[in-house]
Amino acid sequence: MRTLVPARFIVERDASKCIKCQVCVNQCSFDSHYWDAEDDEVKVRPGKCVGCHRCVMFCPTGAINIRRSPLEYRENYSWEPEYIEDIQKQAEQGGMLLTGMGTDKPHRIYWDHLVLNASQVTNPSIDPLREPMELTTYLGSKPDRIEIDPSTGNLATRLAPQVKLNVPVMFSAMSYGAVSLNVQQSLARAAAEIGTMWNTGEGGLHPSLVKYANNTTVQVASGRFGVYSEYLKTGRIVEIKIGQGAKPGIGGHLPGEKVSAEVSLTRMIPQGTDALSPAPQHDIYSIEDLSQLIYALKEATNYQKPISVKIAAVHNSAAIASGMVRAGADIIVLDGIRGSTGAAPKAIRDNVGIPIELALASVDTRLRAEGIRNQASLVISGGIRSSGDVAKAIALGADAVNIGTAALVALGCRVCQQCYTGKCAWGICTSDLKLTKRINPELGARRLVNMLRGWALEIDDMLGGMGVNAIESLRGNRLHLRGIGLNEKELEILGVRMAGD
Amino acid sequence: MTETVETPRMVKIDTAGIYYRDLNARLRKLVDEGVDQIVLQNVCGQRYIASDLSRPVDIKICGTPGNDLGAFMNGSRIEVFGNAQDCMANTMNAGEIIIHGHAGDICGMAARGGKIFIRDYVGYRAGIHMKEYQDKKPVMVVGDTGQDFMGEYMAGGVLVVLGLGLKEGQKHKANFIGTGIHGGVIYISGEVEQHQLGKEVGVAELDEHDREILGGLVAEYCEHFKRDAEAIMRRPFQKLYPKYLRPYGRMYSY
Repeated sequence: MRTLVPARFIVERDASKCIKCQVCVNQCSFDSHYWDAEDDEVKVRPGKCVGCHRCVMFCPTGAINIRRSPLEYRENYSWEPEYIEDIQKQAEQGGMLLTGMGTDKPHRIYWDHLVLNASQVTNPSIDPLREPMELTTYLGSKPDRIEIDPSTGNLATRLAPQVKLNVPVMFSAMSYGAVSLNVQQSLARAAAEIGTMWNTGEGGLHPSLVKYANNTTVQVASGRFGVYSEYLKTGRIVEIKIGQGAKPGIGGHLPGEKVSAEVSLTRMIPQGTDALSPAPQHDIYSIEDLSQLIYALKEATNYQKPISVKIAAVHNSAAIASGMVRAGADIIVLDGIRGSTGAAPKAIRDNVGIPIELALASVDTRLRAEGIRNQASLVISGGIRSSGDVAKAIALGADAVNIGTAALVALGCRVCQQCYTGKCAWGICTSDLKLTKRINPELGARRLVNMLRGWALEIDDMLGGMGVNAIESLRGNRLHLRGIGLNEKELEILGVRMAGD
Repeated sequence: MTETVETPRMVKIDTAGIYYRDLNARLRKLVDEGVDQIVLQNVCGQRYIASDLSRPVDIKICGTPGNDLGAFMNGSRIEVFGNAQDCMANTMNAGEIIIHGHAGDICGMAARGGKIFIRDYVGYRAGIHMKEYQDKKPVMVVGDTGQDFMGEYMAGGVLVVLGLGLKEGQKHKANFIGTGIHGGVIYISGEVEQHQLGKEVGVAELDEHDREILGGLVAEYCEHFKRDAEAIMRRPFQKLYPKYLRPYGRMYSY
């Protein structure tokens, strides 16, 4: 069938600069560039370019530029080109539209409508260059009260298992199969070096990554891929994945062609079969069932690991979170509507869920009101782009944040949203061995560590500016936030006052 | 907790009134100390038995263990002289569980290996999302019948439903059998109508290879529960198999 979907990008090649080295041909995994031997020149296939910029970055003479297609549609606020093109695709293929990464829809980004406080004369700021600043965060359930043994002066209260983070930023769950092994190696190595956590996602734990066990969160999801007793014991945190922000309420399908020999070994399923993660976990149909699985995992790990439960941010997250804490979760992970994914139906990604800022504020408020906020740590994710977002999340009540897209961007990702194709030209979301080699774990880890180091310095500065010297003093301290351009209801849910108030 | 040491490697525990955490902690300790055989008496609802043992052992349970019996189990052998509750053998990797009675919902969920024999019937979602991997292939034999969603999303392994408790002319009641199945096989005796099966399920007669596998499993079942294997094998069986290895491969546009 002839396609009626126009090309989204135009590839421009400056003939005066092109030396016909064909680097672009080799770098483009989407077959946009090709070598025409007859004409003795490199040519472009219209419509193939996804705007990933790999060729632009690797062209030794800077001969290539990518521009948005200038194809103009008649102005129409309702029928934007995206909707027309989506319908054309579905008319041609007859399925759900699949996409990658987080939503690109203009759902309000509340981080951009919040500003942080800074000390001036009455409460002077702190200079992080000469004062010690503390970003250390401990994840895990905290007791209601602490008792000291008067005879020894030691702590008499038995603490639930705690996980120490040197920075309150962890790497989100990204499974082997969704991302390449070299990406996971980069994340694991960086997490170990900086003192934070990376997360296996639901794809099992590759043997080469067991040495990073102390910095590894292992996931138990509906597919139970790679889940066995040693896996559970190896992880520092065990995470039950109920939902994720990019696709709340639905499952996932890793297509058989992505289940390579190595992926099948890690997931413990035959090579080439679909890896189906059904929407619900079949043993969790209620909060009581969730509690049963939480305690099954606690028993299976002899009560030595915090059990984390991850849900997508949805309308009644606060009530659900309350149930999760009462069910025994030590860590709650909330993933907002801007949360990313390797593959999700576009309709779900763009339309289901709520912004993480609102979910975070309402969950923190509810848990505090019920007097159980201390019983679980609160981790949020879904659209954290900078250290400013991290600081605001912590002021809104989070203990720590997870970053997925930001970490991949550090590795080269240009957010071209083609992860589901398995052809990622940057070697990130692919199991193609040739493409995978494009990520060097050592250099990848260095980039990630550099980024987190930069963020940590910035958070130090922001804390110092607020006149506090520990991230603990910022946590849930909404007086350090003010809203801009928000209505009264939004301010009420966020629990922050208007700027100037 | 009354404990009787029969031999240095065999211990009997009267579990009446023992909290599950204390019982499981005791089991962990005994296994770490080298005990190979454990007999648990008067078990009444204690959960998660044998879900975290450092090595395979032999456990006999008299009474009714609670939910998640043998969850994540990796090689132990459990024999229950009574009924089992929900989530038995949840995500089991290896081992054997024999139930001299019936079992609750979600037995053998996502099991990757090992053997499960249930003398009587099972609840909802039995064998759901069982999978197989290399030399690991879970098998579950149910003597009587089960409820809805048996073998749903099955990705590997063998589920046998013998239908022994069905009366003359009585059909299996379960609906949505094998919905989403994309691996493994279900052998079922007793009448099942097409509308009771998931749309991804194919139905076939057993061939020689199937009868060989089924015969071996029926023989094991009969050995455990003292039944007549030949009589069972004379019953008519159907083979339920996945029609597609990628049932949802055509759902998406790119």
